[in-house]
Amino acid sequence: MSALTLIIKREFIAKVRNKSFIVMTFLSPLLFAGIAVLVGYLSSLKADVQTIAIHDETGLFVNEFKSGDAFKYENQSSVAVEILRDSIKSGKYEGVLFIPKAKDSKSLEKSIKYYSDDDPGIAFVAGLEDIIASKLTETNYVNAKLDTLQIRNAEANVEISLSKSSGEVGLKYFNEIKIAFGCAFGYLIMMFIIIYGNMVMRSVIEEKTNRIIEIIISSVKPFQLMMGKIIGTSLAGVLQFVIWSIIGVLLLLVAASFFGVTPGVGVSGQMASQASQMSDSQLYIAELGKLPIGTMIFAFIVYFIGGYFLYSSVYAAIGAAVDSETDSQQFMMPIIMPLMLGVYIGVFTVINDPHGTVATTFSMIPLTSPIVMLMRIPFGVPWWQIALSMGILFGTFFAVVWFAAKIYRIGILMYGKKPTWKEMFKWMRYSG
Amino acid sequence: MSNILEARNVVKQYGDYTALNSVSLSVPKGSIYGLLGPNGAGKTSLIRIINQITFPDSGEVLLDGEKLSAKHISHIGYLPEERGLYKSMKVGEQCLYLAQLKGLSYPEAKKQLEYWFDRLEIQGWWNKKIQELSKGMAQKIQFVVTVLHKPKLLIFDEPFSGFDPVNANIIKDEILELKKQGATIIFSTHRMESVEELCDDIALIHKSNKLIEGKLIDVKRAHRSQNFEVGILTDNVEGLMYDLTQKFMISQADFKSLNDELKLNIQIGNSKPNELLSVLTNRGQVTHFVEKIPSVNDIFIQTVTSNDPSEVLHS
Repeated sequence: MSALTLIIKREFIAKVRNKSFIVMTFLSPLLFAGIAVLVGYLSSLKADVQTIAIHDETGLFVNEFKSGDAFKYENQSSVAVEILRDSIKSGKYEGVLFIPKAKDSKSLEKSIKYYSDDDPGIAFVAGLEDIIASKLTETNYVNAKLDTLQIRNAEANVEISLSKSSGEVGLKYFNEIKIAFGCAFGYLIMMFIIIYGNMVMRSVIEEKTNRIIEIIISSVKPFQLMMGKIIGTSLAGVLQFVIWSIIGVLLLLVAASFFGVTPGVGVSGQMASQASQMSDSQLYIAELGKLPIGTMIFAFIVYFIGGYFLYSSVYAAIGAAVDSETDSQQFMMPIIMPLMLGVYIGVFTVINDPHGTVATTFSMIPLTSPIVMLMRIPFGVPWWQIALSMGILFGTFFAVVWFAAKIYRIGILMYGKKPTWKEMFKWMRYSG
Repeated sequence: MSNILEARNVVKQYGDYTALNSVSLSVPKGSIYGLLGPNGAGKTSLIRIINQITFPDSGEVLLDGEKLSAKHISHIGYLPEERGLYKSMKVGEQCLYLAQLKGLSYPEAKKQLEYWFDRLEIQGWWNKKIQELSKGMAQKIQFVVTVLHKPKLLIFDEPFSGFDPVNANIIKDEILELKKQGATIIFSTHRMESVEELCDDIALIHKSNKLIEGKLIDVKRAHRSQNFEVGILTDNVEGLMYDLTQKFMISQADFKSLNDELKLNIQIGNSKPNELLSVLTNRGQVTHFVEKIPSVNDIFIQTVTSNDPSEVLHS
């Protein structure tokens, strides 16, 4: 067996046997499923119907308010506003809408009041305003002797339908499904890098504090040790992810059948339910089939490997440079920042403009490309851009691994010094 | 080829700091070679170069006449001063892993391990984790790991630290046994009494330079001071002193004896010991007459301080 294989095997076994690893492997899906079920259960609960009293001195608007599941409107125009306000305290009413008499509609616009003890939601207030405004507008038309029917007929309602140059018909909401796919892949890579990159770093620090490092590197090259660690840890990570997904899916199925609720599994779940509500759900399914699934999976694997190795070799170098995990905090920022940036760019920019300058640029920069490019791919990216981005990623990857290995081989033999970035750059110049 | 290891003009720099300044060494095959020097002298840098953990900026190191390369890793066993093992790994697994990294096959590693575990009577430790063992016990495992792959060159950096006297003795005997089987041992330590006891050859490194190298006996001869320690029973102290000061340098000596005699240190310079002896026998009864052989400790301190006057002020 080659030294690298031996190291990978040991790292893998050491990780998998670790108690906290085992606990996390089986506890996390339970927690996840628990939270999902809780969210699903809570959102399926019907909120109490809230009663709103309406005191309408004009008598114009009170019939426009239609009671629904969430709110019940009561016409209390005959009761004095002061009494109604007191009954908010007693809990009879959630709120009181007071529409006073006004000399004209202009002054009415500003004089309507809503009384409540709890601050009302923005959407609720906007809803009230809408109802009153449209009724008031109608009244204004009548007062101005305008024909409301004519106006209504003259109103234009524009709906743009999306299609590709080839003439295929697209679906508006389908972009959200695309971004959901991209986000899922992007998040997965980010989580993996943070969790297992940290694990690589901890295992490097462990070897330093155990003082076994000198024995190991008198037998193997530091580069082999570093790569063995990264690969072994990632294999353990992949195993953990696979177990998580299997248990997670099983638990969700069990929970769904037990509680009879659809657990809120986040974006993709919501998207799916939204899609099913659409009348053209079959179109969605057809469109799903047209996603570049092959490219997406291929790209996911390539970016996953490239991104993970790039970051975890930096983690390994940091682990080698410090004596304890607490010392490593100062070096964490530069790692987490580009990862977060990648996700934010992905969520806020790619969804608005998947092929814009910002999205394209960040899908080329190697520190963010694994996340951003994966989010762009469902929208269709020219192959040369993917090739260029992968080329840059792997070029950087080799450069970073080379530098990291240099810092690693010097760092693992240094004790008792808290290094600075400057010092680490100096180590790179040592001849080894 | 009588030298198993030769270092030729090895230079190693860390930034502006020179750790080794053109150091050359020859380690004879089958010897126990003491590598001495104060802290920070460059011993560890040199040992790391021999182990190919780091590489020299210039100069070369030959093992058995060949330039050091990856294939030599399995010929060298190294017990570093900063040592440790994976705490949460079981003893047996750990030893097998480290032996396989050194190039042994699994069955061969297992066979060797069983031999050593029997030999040191630690069979019961196989399934224990390192964190369950005491420091001395872990040191024993460490020793086994170092010698397991039967290297022809063994490098021990402070091998006895952490051992109680009984176990230190066991390890010392094992080192001598390995020497008998043909291994060469490089021995880096501050403990001069073990150097006196074990080493055939020594080298002294100080401030990145090699100051002394050679057979221990030759080094001692070179540092011979012609000093004699003398005990004499005499009635005429003044007469004796008069005779002695004519020819020799004398000073008060202090050694243990059963008589209430006059104790002197006498520097005979270029004279012969017999000349001193005849002066002494003329004046009284000689009870003690020994040439003071310089200890490694004396040579160490003398050499180091004479090369660095500031050290004297500090000590």
